Amino acid sequence: MSIHDDKPTILRELSHFDGGLVLDGHKDLSTGKPVQPMPAVKQYIVPLQQHIGAISEPLVKVGDRVLKGQMIGRPGDLVSAAVHSPVSGTVTAIEEHAVPHISGLPDLCIFIENDFKDEWVKREPLGDEYNNRSSHQLRNLIRDAGIVGLGGAAFPAAVKQTEMNVHTLILNGVECEPYITCDDMLMREQAEQVLAGADIIGHVIKAQECVIAIEDNKPEAIAAMQAAVERDGTGFFRVQAVPTIYPSGGEKQLIKILTGREVPKGRLPAELNVLVHNVATAHAIHRAVYHDEPLISRIATVTGQGIAQPQNIEVLVGTPVKDCVEFCGGYTPQADELIMGGPMMGFSLPSDDTPLVKASNCLLVMAKDEIHYQQQHMPCIRCGHCVEVCPARLLPQQLYWYASSKNNDRVQEFDLFDCIECGCCAYVCPSDIPLVQYYRAAKTVIRQQERERKASDLARQRHEAHQARLERQKREREERLRKKREMLKDKEKGGEKDSKKAAIAAAIARAQAKKAEARKAQAGATEDKTAETEQEQSQDNTEKPTNP
Amino acid sequence: MIFKRTPSPYIKQNISVQQMMFMVLYALVPGALASFYFFGWGVLFNLLVAITVCLASEAIILRLRGRDVRHSLSDGSALITACLLALALPSLAPWWLVAIASFFAIAVAKQLYGGLGFNPFNPAMVGYIVVMISFPLQMTLWTAPMGVDGGWPDFMTTFNWVFLGKLPYDTTIDSISMATPIDLLKTQLSQYHDVFETRNNPEFSALFGSLSGTGWQWVNLLYLAGGIWLVKKQVVDWRIPVAFLASLLFIANLFAVMDYSTNSSALFHAFSGGTMLAAFFIATDPITACSTPRGRWIYGAGIGALVYIIRSWGGYPDGIAFAVVLMNMAAPLIDYYTRPKVYGKQDH
Repeated sequence: MSIHDDKPTILRELSHFDGGLVLDGHKDLSTGKPVQPMPAVKQYIVPLQQHIGAISEPLVKVGDRVLKGQMIGRPGDLVSAAVHSPVSGTVTAIEEHAVPHISGLPDLCIFIENDFKDEWVKREPLGDEYNNRSSHQLRNLIRDAGIVGLGGAAFPAAVKQTEMNVHTLILNGVECEPYITCDDMLMREQAEQVLAGADIIGHVIKAQECVIAIEDNKPEAIAAMQAAVERDGTGFFRVQAVPTIYPSGGEKQLIKILTGREVPKGRLPAELNVLVHNVATAHAIHRAVYHDEPLISRIATVTGQGIAQPQNIEVLVGTPVKDCVEFCGGYTPQADELIMGGPMMGFSLPSDDTPLVKASNCLLVMAKDEIHYQQQHMPCIRCGHCVEVCPARLLPQQLYWYASSKNNDRVQEFDLFDCIECGCCAYVCPSDIPLVQYYRAAKTVIRQQERERKASDLARQRHEAHQARLERQKREREERLRKKREMLKDKEKGGEKDSKKAAIAAAIARAQAKKAEARKAQAGATEDKTAETEQEQSQDNTEKPTNP
Repeated sequence: MIFKRTPSPYIKQNISVQQMMFMVLYALVPGALASFYFFGWGVLFNLLVAITVCLASEAIILRLRGRDVRHSLSDGSALITACLLALALPSLAPWWLVAIASFFAIAVAKQLYGGLGFNPFNPAMVGYIVVMISFPLQMTLWTAPMGVDGGWPDFMTTFNWVFLGKLPYDTTIDSISMATPIDLLKTQLSQYHDVFETRNNPEFSALFGSLSGTGWQWVNLLYLAGGIWLVKKQVVDWRIPVAFLASLLFIANLFAVMDYSTNSSALFHAFSGGTMLAAFFIATDPITACSTPRGRWIYGAGIGALVYIIRSWGGYPDGIAFAVVLMNMAAPLIDYYTRPKVYGKQDH
């Protein structure tokens, strides 16, 4: 268990993580002008699964009129998030549609036609009153506002805040991936709101201090946050510049940089008395508490040589990608590939018909001459460049070897699941092997097998329990019959004399039978419950947040 | 609009396998030129034969295996094997010896194991060992280096010997070839002459030169220079040459301090025979070396130790090929036991 020591967890001198890369930022491309609010469009497509965890359950049906900010999907489970209508209007469809997901598979979405009346649901902002609310109440508020980690992983924020023993809140403003500047712009323009949000999180988790980590290639953001911290004057906050090395914005890497310690394998950051939240998440929490506004908009970077006017936009969740592109001047003739996320960890979209979701921090349209296309790859020559840059200290070439030969035991023995898919190995690979793709495929296959194994285990357990139950019932029945026979025999033998005794025996037998019945019912109920929990667990067995 | 889909990352460091291979070739050039200067036309003939046979065998086998011949040939790996082999073989080696070594290196040691990336043993060294064991006599045929005993024979003499096996009527092969310093020292020591005596013998002093042998010392120095450039360019891992040289020098020095009359100095070991070629160009072949950082230290140090052992007490004059192949065999095992601890495993 974690030990809550009094030592400060954050080092005054920075540490560093192993591996990593110095990359070209390409950030100036989109920081030229302030964040532009994007005007409303006709149709919004809101996917019910925009987060890690269970899919949300729809609360509306086709034809319903919805208000802006109205909850249209409630959390499907403990680890899940609510979704809300971004505008007032009518639900026109609830059906499967292309969503921005790496799998490329469609998912259930709610289609809303905007009536352009901008009618909000009734809002009752909590404001400064939050100081008098319990952590539990605030967590519920954050949960109902549908707030998820906005750094890219989209892990439900309220779930993260149940971690105990947190001394230091780390606010992640590192934004290490090239091209992406939405957090940078947010910090430049809304430093105070970010701090206010962090203050709320600090209150929820009872943190003693808050360190705001920003990569040193964002001097404007550092200055803005620094100024806000000075105005705040409580001494709770501190801005910490960190060196620009990809992927220093990864949760585990950032913790290593700031604390000099590594989150033990398979444990949570709370083990080191820290909790990491993205700056945009803090901002969203501020909106929820001070404006009673659920997470229905975010700042997204629309950039790349394939976009006519690269910039940051404040955009409603569910806005189709093509509308965002149009707002930013459309595609340039060189536009070649549409990427959701950054150039290292993003994934390409087959078409611009998909909506922007909560996790969409960047829309990158790369031109022919700036994108690297995977050629026919050479064999691995085991040069070891991948080993040198891996921030998780894995042996990527060994993982590749076992993953490509489908040796699932070996690939797990070489810690496949510690891979954060940052792409550093593939970036340096002289043979141009799409390493991360191999790892993702291997992870998917192993998870699938794990699920199947669990399901068959469960079936076997149920079968065995069923057999045992039948066996027991048979025994009990025989026992009852035997007793009855004995009783009858006694009656015949002893006549009137033993009638009292017989009555007592009969009562005991009845009581026993009743008890057995109750036990049986209880056993049945427990079995069902076990089955349920196991199913839940196998569903929860999704990715851990890997938040760069 | 419809877009194409490719896997991330979408940006890339632009150094390819092919570029790495050609950088290795460039780094060989200074040492190869020195080799040509000191040991004559034979070096050039070796290169010609080795390159021809290596590329031809690679092309033939790739075709037999149904692979893309041009794509694989252009990666430069066969060219490196050819050059390493040619520069390691003696300068008066007959053409067929070079051809056999080259064919064996590419066809057997590389392609039969699956080609680039799949060969467990260094192809050039396997080819070298095959001819070393099969033709020990021809493997001693080095010319006298430039500046010793009239230096190397002229173009026609060398050509006739290498390709036709003929010599001018008044010469024997012994009169145009000469033992290498390592070889000579070994023979002398076996005849109970000590290091001092041998090196100061007026008959041999010109051969031994100022450091570790006329010609040899320069060739080694220039391979060292090329190797340092490769390390700086991050084409080869610095750990292997450093571990190799440190281990060889440490052990050599240890024995030289214990008994300098029968053990040559550490500097002699560093700059004679194929030491520098092996340290930066042969041991560093990533395909056959260890791949973990710690493993590479052990691997390099192991080669250094084996080179010293074979040179000092083995039956062969220079032990590099055997040392490298022996450590190639150990590499998978070393890799397995030197895996780095992944993030988060250290603190526990």
